[in-house]
Amino acid sequence: MIQREYDVVIVGSGAGGGTVALGLAPLVEQGRRVLVLEQGPRLGGGEFTGEEVEMAEALYADSGGFLTSDGTMTLAFGRVYGGSTAVYTGTSLIAGARVIDDWDVPELAHADLVERSRRFADQNNVHLLEPHEINENNTLFVKGCERAGFEAHQFPVNVKGCLGSSLCNLGCPNGAKQGTDRVQLPAAEARGVEVVTRAEVDRVEDGSVIARVSGISSGGKGAASEWEPGEYRVRASIIVVAGGAIGSPALLLRSGFERQLPRLGEGFTCHPAFILVAEHSKEITNDVGHPKSYYVDRANEEGYVLETCMYFPFVTAKNLRGFGESPQRFLAAFPRLQMILVLACDRATPGNRIAVDSDGNPIVHYRFTDEVVRALARGTRASTRIFFGAGAERVHAPLARPAEIEAEEADRIDQRIRAAHFLPGTVAVSAAHLMGGCAMGKSAADSVTDGWGRVHGRPGLRVADSSLFPDSLQINPYLTIMALADRTAEAIRRDAGELLGSP
Amino acid sequence: MIPSVRRTFWSLAVTVVPDAVTLDADGWQDVEERIEAALSSRPARLRRQLRLLLTFLEWRPILRHGRRFSHLDAERRTEFLDRIQHSSALLLRRGFWGVRTLVYLGYYGRPDVRRSIGYRADPRGWTAPGHGTAGGATDSATGGGEVQR
Repeated sequence: MIQREYDVVIVGSGAGGGTVALGLAPLVEQGRRVLVLEQGPRLGGGEFTGEEVEMAEALYADSGGFLTSDGTMTLAFGRVYGGSTAVYTGTSLIAGARVIDDWDVPELAHADLVERSRRFADQNNVHLLEPHEINENNTLFVKGCERAGFEAHQFPVNVKGCLGSSLCNLGCPNGAKQGTDRVQLPAAEARGVEVVTRAEVDRVEDGSVIARVSGISSGGKGAASEWEPGEYRVRASIIVVAGGAIGSPALLLRSGFERQLPRLGEGFTCHPAFILVAEHSKEITNDVGHPKSYYVDRANEEGYVLETCMYFPFVTAKNLRGFGESPQRFLAAFPRLQMILVLACDRATPGNRIAVDSDGNPIVHYRFTDEVVRALARGTRASTRIFFGAGAERVHAPLARPAEIEAEEADRIDQRIRAAHFLPGTVAVSAAHLMGGCAMGKSAADSVTDGWGRVHGRPGLRVADSSLFPDSLQINPYLTIMALADRTAEAIRRDAGELLGSP
Repeated sequence: MIPSVRRTFWSLAVTVVPDAVTLDADGWQDVEERIEAALSSRPARLRRQLRLLLTFLEWRPILRHGRRFSHLDAERRTEFLDRIQHSSALLLRRGFWGVRTLVYLGYYGRPDVRRSIGYRADPRGWTAPGHGTAGGATDSATGGGEVQR
């Protein structure tokens, strides 16, 4: 096994790991060595082609098809330089006081998260798109909301020089999205932080991580790793786990921490979601322009959030209920389609958790609670009203049987769309807001870390990603992940003298 | 796709996507290669499960219809798959959902199919030829005018 030695090792390069990397750059300037290990590859700008299947394979874990243990929900998360920030849409919201106060984490104040989130919003060029940059898939949503009595809000997004390719979820082909792959990681590398890609961390041992660096697979995308392929033991006094809400708990479970951390893996939430599709009588602009410009927030009142969205042919087909003529007819009308994503604001529930199998692979146990299903039904009814308010001729609603609802049936939405129609395995539920598993809290009895990402009883072990969330955030999470990771970095800088000794 | 389940797969694919009947031999080969490529990075047990499921789907209709799946007419194939899709057994529902997903991946992953349904996303976005401008789009959305594409 090849040996390496650093002061700090960060596992993961997404919203959490990338933020910590830049936050620890001052340590490098003080003579410390900081390393980021990223499981995925580093892609060149020209490799982001926008080809659906090809890019999903290059950028996502399991090509975007990672399934929960019973196979009823797909979980999407990035596995590439920049993690999921390379594949999200860049929507940038600041967490609400209600949610953060409910978390009740010692030393974690809402005002502190707001201040940090604003700082990252500035750093990432977060702003509202101008009206002339917004496509009809989005403006029709606003029009439908006005007519159906919903309040639409515009998403701030973190783009710079956006050409409106609509391909955000396949990695921006124009480098416009300001994820950690564009902002924090390059800045950290420029200041001496090392990043090694294609490095999969198997486990954390006392004062070191064990990692395997892979070579390039034939036909695959991305540059070769910065290190030679092989098995590595990387010693470090401080280890920061930032592999996401699946990767981080799984790594710590593989490493045998569950005995001293009984809450490890627990409290997984993910905003289960599905797509509704509506057909208009004439073409609209939908596959050009930023795909996600507006949302409706009914989290507090009704347990759901609606977001505009526009997906690609395969993903769209997969998300339509059933098979045969009906879904095919919707697909054939692609230039006339409007789409809305319905997200349920699930809550941390006993049994919904991350585990590992006998080979150490992550397993996600997730059961849809009645409240989640009811929230999805409420969100589906609301979306259908919005579609018809916008002038759609028919709607494909996963919780209607049959799934097609014609405009003439608009007065029967409550009867047609019912939670009872939810049958796991027939409705394409997916999630990309993966949260929990290494929750912050008071002690090892109720959590994995404290409010600064310090693992209880392990001063040299830190967490810095969405696995820290004690419960679901109820909004798009990336700014909050960055804010929490910034706190983790701050605590490391504060503790560095004690943990690392003299440089 | 191994020969023993190929006929079942084709019958299933044209039931899931009726337009797939227009595929010629090269088209089917392309669909199969896309599916094989997607499966190549997944655990080997997935391929075994797929073969098992296709074999089950081929022979199960004998009990009700006296014919194998690939020998049923389109209406009966649809009825049969609809029952599988809503089976009380999660394992069957999952299995069908998985194979249906692979059919969609193979079929809608084809560039000619994407073009035929009018999908025109382009890395150049608004600057791509034929896409017009966002400003035009906004006017159309609120005023009902024609969209430049």
